[in-house]
Amino acid sequence: MTTTEHSRRDFVCAIAGCAAAMAAGGCSDFTHTPFFKKCFRDMRPQQIAVLLADLTQKNKHRFGRDVEITATTSQPGVEFGYALDLSRCVGCRRCVHACVEENNQSRDPQIHWIRVLEMEKQKGIDFAHADPYYEAEEVPREGHFYLPVACQQCENPPCVSSCPVGATWQEPDGITVIDPDWCIGCRCCISACPYGARHFNWAEPEIPAAELNPQMHVIGNRPRPKGVVEKCTFCIQRVRSGRYPACVEACPVGARKFGNLLDPASEIRQVLDTKNVFVLKSELNTRPRFFYFYGD
Amino acid sequence: MRRHLPVLLLLSGIAGLIPVACGKAAGEQSGNFTLGDPATENRTRQEAVSRAAPPPPLSEDTFPCSDCHDPEIPVNREPRPMAMAHDEIPLEHDPENMWCLACHDADARDMLHLAGGRKVPFEESYRLCAQCHGAKFQDWKAGIHGRRTGQWGGEKEILLCANCHSAHSPSFKPIQPELPPLRPETTR
Repeated sequence: MTTTEHSRRDFVCAIAGCAAAMAAGGCSDFTHTPFFKKCFRDMRPQQIAVLLADLTQKNKHRFGRDVEITATTSQPGVEFGYALDLSRCVGCRRCVHACVEENNQSRDPQIHWIRVLEMEKQKGIDFAHADPYYEAEEVPREGHFYLPVACQQCENPPCVSSCPVGATWQEPDGITVIDPDWCIGCRCCISACPYGARHFNWAEPEIPAAELNPQMHVIGNRPRPKGVVEKCTFCIQRVRSGRYPACVEACPVGARKFGNLLDPASEIRQVLDTKNVFVLKSELNTRPRFFYFYGD
Repeated sequence: MRRHLPVLLLLSGIAGLIPVACGKAAGEQSGNFTLGDPATENRTRQEAVSRAAPPPPLSEDTFPCSDCHDPEIPVNREPRPMAMAHDEIPLEHDPENMWCLACHDADARDMLHLAGGRKVPFEESYRLCAQCHGAKFQDWKAGIHGRRTGQWGGEKEILLCANCHSAHSPSFKPIQPELPPLRPETTR
């Protein structure tokens, strides 16, 4: 008994001694090591700086290319919103592939954040009979319309409340993000999301180095590890520096609209103010910031 | 198609509602883009510096139109099928009521004109479209219709009507889709 107490005390003392020695020796950055690292949301600026340097180094080594990883924060007075004109969309999937390239999605196994659903005009919006795998020489196909779905950036996101470890949260500008280093891969959020907007890395993601987008955000499009969940972030690496998301710019018919919901003159507010818009599965009270409308 | 358009336009001035372009280089045309309506003026200063996209280009050997359309030659204003030139231009823009000279100006060959006769350059072709498509024009000015690139809260490039819609056959043509996602059963 006495022996046990002595060893426990010795152990605690040894740990305290080590910590003191590390602090005294200038090793104050051990908190970024995998074992001690916090969730990104709780990191202090100094810890973020260490993390960015570490990630930059690792990705440079992995892809043999220069990469720039930022941690740009949200701007005050900005809340992002999105609108999609269903009378314009022709189902060409340019947005899907622009998104894959911009956001470093895995090519194998394949991950697509945007899914374009083909529906029959006769049936209207009917998810049960929608087809994301349509193949055609030309689109739009007779008698069909197209409804692209990605993360709806809900105001009341069920994915966030379902995460047991707090690895996913809503940023002040309304973007729901994931810390891939904090995600434990339980996939509760995938079951909770009514829009199928979250995707799991079942294997180590493969991205050809030549196709890597080197402009990255730490909680956005940086390459994710195996075993974690990922999702659309409205191209956080672009929109936080003022640019349109990649899908908006890729759309050949101009069906995609994006902007600041809090600015009455913004394009997104013009849509909300002058068009009849709707959200998907409004009965679930998720309150999406992604709106659909018919411009014609 | 786009490559042909320029050629077609110039010689006899077959018109759609929206004229297509002029031959200047892109850089020369991009100035400040203000449409001068309250909706735009109320916007932030950043918003006002948006640029109009250069109109779809006409090749150098077809513009200016006046190179071929000699003002000395009397103008035949009678609507008729084109035989000598511009015969490849599809007239699919309200052909019953519109012919070349509905938009192209017979006196100032390098200009377009509005219904009331006011002449406008090719860079402002959207003014012609707005005469019939007023509601769509309002949507376009507000950023609801049409394609924009650049910054959501700052400088952006705004595509003109004629950048996406052929003036002579304006409906958006079907395109080839990109590859579908893999079915789950085929992935590893």
